[in-house]
Amino acid sequence: MSTWKPLSGTQAVAEAMRQINPDVVAAYPITPQTPIVEFFAQYVANGVVDTETIPVESEHSAMSATVGAAAAGARAMCATASQGLALMWEVVAAVPGLRLPIVMPIVNRALSAPINIHCDHSDSMGATTIGWIQIFSENGQEAYENMLLAIRLAEHPDILLPVMVMQDGFITGHSVENVEIFDDAKVRAFVGTRKPDRYLLDVEHPYTIGPLALPDYYFEIKRQQEEAMRHVKKVYMETGKELSKITGKEYPYFESYKLDDADAAIVILSSAAGTAKDTVDKMRADGKKVGLLKPKLFRPFPYKEMRKALKDVPVVGVLDRSMAFGAYAPVYAEIKNALFELDKRPKLQSYVFGLGGKDIFKSDIEKVFNELLSGEVNSEEERYIGLRG
Amino acid sequence: MGGNGKMTEKKGWKDLMRGADLPPASSLEYKTGSWRTLRPVWDPDKCTHCMFCVAYCPDMAIPIIKSEKGVKGFNGRIYKGTVRLESDFDFCKGCGICAVECPTHAIEMIREEETTSSE
Ligand code: SF4
Ligand code: SF4
Repeated sequence: MSTWKPLSGTQAVAEAMRQINPDVVAAYPITPQTPIVEFFAQYVANGVVDTETIPVESEHSAMSATVGAAAAGARAMCATASQGLALMWEVVAAVPGLRLPIVMPIVNRALSAPINIHCDHSDSMGATTIGWIQIFSENGQEAYENMLLAIRLAEHPDILLPVMVMQDGFITGHSVENVEIFDDAKVRAFVGTRKPDRYLLDVEHPYTIGPLALPDYYFEIKRQQEEAMRHVKKVYMETGKELSKITGKEYPYFESYKLDDADAAIVILSSAAGTAKDTVDKMRADGKKVGLLKPKLFRPFPYKEMRKALKDVPVVGVLDRSMAFGAYAPVYAEIKNALFELDKRPKLQSYVFGLGGKDIFKSDIEKVFNELLSGEVNSEEERYIGLRG
Repeated sequence: MGGNGKMTEKKGWKDLMRGADLPPASSLEYKTGSWRTLRPVWDPDKCTHCMFCVAYCPDMAIPIIKSEKGVKGFNGRIYKGTVRLESDFDFCKGCGICAVECPTHAIEMIREEETTSSE
């Protein structure tokens, strides 16, 4: 039986970790991720989980310890945000190449400088090219369920890649909502235990992990890694169907909200998609046919499916909560990429909002929709929401 | 990667082990001696078989044996029990630590190209 609990987004992730029951968790406190490890440490102290927590002196050590544990054969997890992710970057970048199935919740926070503790996506958007699977969550409920999906994805024998599960710092991470926690026994059966085909503590079958690979082999190893990424979409769907049996929900690559007959649509990630859905409802009630697409699986990016979903929308605005200085904003760039194959493409407009936690209001999103409906768009221009001029 | 000759057939990406994992091979098959540019030359006549060099050698490249009969060393004395032998040049990387640590200066480092031995 499932239970409803008043939980913050970080607590919801700690609940998922309780049910996942990892062998090892090594993490270092960093706002706004800290409550994940705090809540989880209570489960460890109370003997609710079998996990060994490793206190470390930095994020670099946290990810190093997680890598060591995962290579030894453990189900090992870490958690971080912003500067923490930046500090552990060297090791984070090595994980996909080592093919270790590490799941790491990220509580999105702006990157320094200027120093800021609030939400934007600049931390995880800096890690889109190194081979981690990335899943974004709108609220605590989604973050909880995405964690369960993530562990199965990561450990699938055709994949064996690490996964980042994102939620918005403070907005989701520290806000308490009702979260449905599904039956422990059913979830535990779903997540199972890690069954590595080889691991370093298996002393009967020694092997070498992480050797030097020079020009003669490096490229080949990286091509293998890409092949693993190509298996993700299929396994994501299959695993999502299995999880549906417990949760009764669906796990698409992205959420389409009132998109089918839309005259204008926006693409927007995470918590702001919730606000935007309210705006869609209000504008629909006013007779304006607007819709929304909320990406969830961001790496690998489901180009074909996105293209299919957006092809008949006359004008699309993409709202990014981070910038890619000197280039198109990260989500905008992907959408533009996805639509290239079409003969008749939707008109496009890029917007940036919410950097460093700046609020976005329904009125802002309504303005965006009205601008899109007016057709006054320029696909090569980046516009800013809530920026003082 | 490689160096032990096992990877020389150059497999394609589909045939390699996952990640950069490699089949097991102990360091016995991985002869690090080829890196050496300096060679420790040991003078048994100055050696007290104190085992300093043996303990310090990072590559365990100085073999030891038990000798009841004993071997001749420093001051012409006979040293019995555990005694060292010539360095194993398959594994000695020429770091010179043994030469620095030897209390009796029984080891001298010389350039590889100056050595007359065929090692
Ligand atoms: S030179 Fe270095 S590696 Fe060689 S025997 Fe001496 S200590 Fe060992
Ligand atoms: S340190 Fe010098 S004296 Fe001692 S065993 Fe080695 S070579 Fe002989």
